[in-house]
Amino acid sequence: MENRVERKALSLYVHIPFCVRKCAYCDFLSAPASEKEKEHYVNILCGEIEREAVRYPGYRVETVFFGGGTPTVLKPDQMDKILCKLKSCFMMETAEGEDEEPEITLECNPGTVAGEDLGKLRGMGFNRLSLGLQSARNEELRKLGRIHTWEEFLETWYSAREAGFRNINVDLMAALPGQRVESYVNSLERVMELFPEHISAYSLIIEQGTPFYERYGEADEQRKRYGEDREHLLPSEEEERAMYERTREILAHGGYHRYEISNYARPGYECRHNITYWKRGDYLGFGLGAASLMKNCRFANAGVLAEYEGGLHREERQLSVQEQMEEFMFLGLRLTEGVTCGAFWDAFHVSIENIYGSVLKKLECQGLLAREGERIFLTGPGIDVSNMALAEFLL
Amino acid sequence: MSQTDQSRIRNFCIIAHIDHGKSTLADRIIEKTGLLTDREMQDQVLDNMELERERGITIKAQTVRLVYRAKDGNEYIFNLIDTPGHVDFNYEVSRALAACDGAILVVDAAQGIEAQTLANVYLALDHDLDVFPVINKIDLPSADPEHVVEEIEDVIGLEAQDAPLISAKNGVGIEEVLEQVVAKVPAPTGEPEAPLKALIFDSVYDSYKGVIVFCRLREGSVKKGTRIKMMATGATAEVVEVGYFGAGQFIPCEELQAGMVGYLTASIKNVKDTRVGDTVTDLDNPCAEPLPGYKKVNPMVYCGVYPADTNKYPDLRDALEKLQLNDASLFYEPETSLALGFGFRCGFLGLLHLDIIQERLEREYNLDLVTTAPGVIYKVYRTNGEMIELTNPSNLPDPSEIDYMEEPIVSAEIMVTTEFIGPIMQLCQERRGRYISTEYIETTRALLKYELPLNEIIYDFFDALKSRSKGYASFDYDLKGYEMSKLVKLDILINKEEVDALSFIVHADSAYERGRKMCEKLKGEIPRHLFEIPIQAAVGGKVIARETVKAMRKDVLAKCYGGDITRKKKLLEKQKEGKKRMRQVGNVEIPQSAFMSVLKLDTRD
Repeated sequence: MENRVERKALSLYVHIPFCVRKCAYCDFLSAPASEKEKEHYVNILCGEIEREAVRYPGYRVETVFFGGGTPTVLKPDQMDKILCKLKSCFMMETAEGEDEEPEITLECNPGTVAGEDLGKLRGMGFNRLSLGLQSARNEELRKLGRIHTWEEFLETWYSAREAGFRNINVDLMAALPGQRVESYVNSLERVMELFPEHISAYSLIIEQGTPFYERYGEADEQRKRYGEDREHLLPSEEEERAMYERTREILAHGGYHRYEISNYARPGYECRHNITYWKRGDYLGFGLGAASLMKNCRFANAGVLAEYEGGLHREERQLSVQEQMEEFMFLGLRLTEGVTCGAFWDAFHVSIENIYGSVLKKLECQGLLAREGERIFLTGPGIDVSNMALAEFLL
Repeated sequence: MSQTDQSRIRNFCIIAHIDHGKSTLADRIIEKTGLLTDREMQDQVLDNMELERERGITIKAQTVRLVYRAKDGNEYIFNLIDTPGHVDFNYEVSRALAACDGAILVVDAAQGIEAQTLANVYLALDHDLDVFPVINKIDLPSADPEHVVEEIEDVIGLEAQDAPLISAKNGVGIEEVLEQVVAKVPAPTGEPEAPLKALIFDSVYDSYKGVIVFCRLREGSVKKGTRIKMMATGATAEVVEVGYFGAGQFIPCEELQAGMVGYLTASIKNVKDTRVGDTVTDLDNPCAEPLPGYKKVNPMVYCGVYPADTNKYPDLRDALEKLQLNDASLFYEPETSLALGFGFRCGFLGLLHLDIIQERLEREYNLDLVTTAPGVIYKVYRTNGEMIELTNPSNLPDPSEIDYMEEPIVSAEIMVTTEFIGPIMQLCQERRGRYISTEYIETTRALLKYELPLNEIIYDFFDALKSRSKGYASFDYDLKGYEMSKLVKLDILINKEEVDALSFIVHADSAYERGRKMCEKLKGEIPRHLFEIPIQAAVGGKVIARETVKAMRKDVLAKCYGGDITRKKKLLEKQKEGKKRMRQVGNVEIPQSAFMSVLKLDTRD
């Protein structure tokens, strides 16, 4: 018990940069790979975990997140090897001790994992799944370049429940090419009928360097190419906004509350790992390109395999107090609960008014920000234009 | 040097259309006369301002003294006077020509005669210069020297059969050019014992010596200690140093005499006292009358120049002060804009001059600038009989107080291949041009003469001319005078507030079109705000065009993956950085680019 109190909370992220096939909108570090390459990667990863863990002795791990790519393209025994390595190198324990297990999430794409494998994974200790569905409409999935159908998703879903996963997130995407508000709402409702514990609803962002950018990158180009053919056009801004609003309404009605700009959960099922990011808790990332924040120093592994193998950090940056304040605000305000004056004082020993008084006042006047006692948070309209609002907090 | 025989001096210049190889030929001549070692020989020695080098044009006239041993066994002194190559600097060209006795006309063997070729030749002939042609770029595959020879004879009427066929780039035929300089450029005349009479053809400011006056001595002599007087400005001074021009350096000498070209310094503090075209004489023994042709050059194009960072206003003022030391034709006076803060209304000889000054301010003085739409000087006749010269649209009196207005008109000559006559005439019509004549120079080329309002050509006329003739048209103009015109002030309102820096004067018939274009352009420039922003163009309070910048409804970050927040932060930083470069007008933030982008309104699409 004593030990727990002294040790600091830590989150771990493990990056698996493999997938079955690259999706047309994806700009993450991920690509298909051979069995040999995967095996090789798992070995390097385990080496890194062992090497790094000794540098951070006074921590206990509260959350673990396996992300990708599609982590489940690895075989269950490979996953087991990595997870065992983590367990042997770090103390896994939450502040609640026996009463609460650490949250161990596995990102998983429908159609990449068989029912029996899900059972194995649950048995190893994974207790949360994050399923990348994106849409319940097969024609939309096809356009995204996803490898699965709605039916295949359902199969994975029921297998997961059967395997004992009691905490599952489903990812959905709004603003897909050809998507309309009705079709989006339909996806949302189909997912809600399954009653997952957590739903992430993001907008599709067209990133440069993806096939989607070629296809949809410039609005003018897009119109030139497709005319007014709504099958291909990205939804208008009004439609996109309507999708966002409907998401909140429909999910609220179904018992989900929005706790972050794009994340909704049933009570008690907020993703603790993600909250660590927004609250600037310490976290260590393992694997290709993985990012870390430790004691206000941000660093990331190299994004090129050969360099990563050599243990290169892409960049390392000890954050200045000013940068810490900026992060505190623009990350913290992503949470609907926002930030508190007290937490700001505890972190920086200066009043939030001193630093951000005029910004807070301005945003409040614009109706983008509200205060309730200690609490400072973005309003609904503020969340809609959060980029604009958050940019104000850069000093 | 004091006893140089006038018969061994040749004062000449090189004239050409832009890009026909004037500077390259000058380089070769300097090389061949052997005054410079290879080490000193940079490309294009005469164009020594960084900007000139980059743009490949000569801005300030420069001059170099060379020694040439001719085939007749004698040594000749060559004074090669470089002339600016752009219509903006016509007057400087004319004064440089007046300092010469002859001119080499360089014509491109592939392009033939162009508008500036003609304009420059006529200018040279006006100054009684002996002009002889040289055909350059014979190394080009498309070179057609025989044809160009014919063209020169037919169009200009110059004997061209023995014109040297050269490639300045490859150093071919340069000897021949030098021999012709000896043979065809007349030696100077002038009485060394007569009272001093010298033409100022340029001057530069040097922080140690003060103004260095470039002059051609017509009569008399000058040396250290001579008390001089500038006949037009009345300034007097005592000569400290005289000398001649080495390549890129000043070489002092005892005395300058009639027929010679050189410089003098006299601790003069301001180039305004030594106007190009003025006559220098001996204060104690003055000549009877000045040399002809002096005029004070006046700026033709005006615009507001503001520091992007309002705190840099004093820096901008200092920079303008310094530039003016060297450039008597640059005019500036302080002005204030509600949108842009403190700045200056600046006057320029033309758009190129404006461009050059703007670039020098940005490059040499490290200033970020916002410039407003360039305009010309309008004459506004008020109902009370008073006339004001308007350079800033904001100062236009209330319409009820205006009797009528006049705008400057230029005579323009456009040389164009016949296939593009149609599109070019259409362009001139769109720009309110008055057709004067078409002269066929040969079967495939014509010289179009138009009278055009100056304010129609200061925007993007050059660009339009180039694009509609696929680059084949060339253009030259001269101020003709003022004419009455139906002009209005076009105001731009952003979120119902008039933005003074965006107002401009326009002909009533083009107001609607220009207003519409302006609104469209601004719509693309102004970022969305939380509220809807109307952009309106108005004439005399009546809105004639409108666009709307829709309110920002959604702007949300993408998924933040694996805790990598750096990209998100960069995005926010970019957003923040963009804001810094905005000007606040009312509660709308207008990016600086908006003030500039409206300068380029192609009238066609």
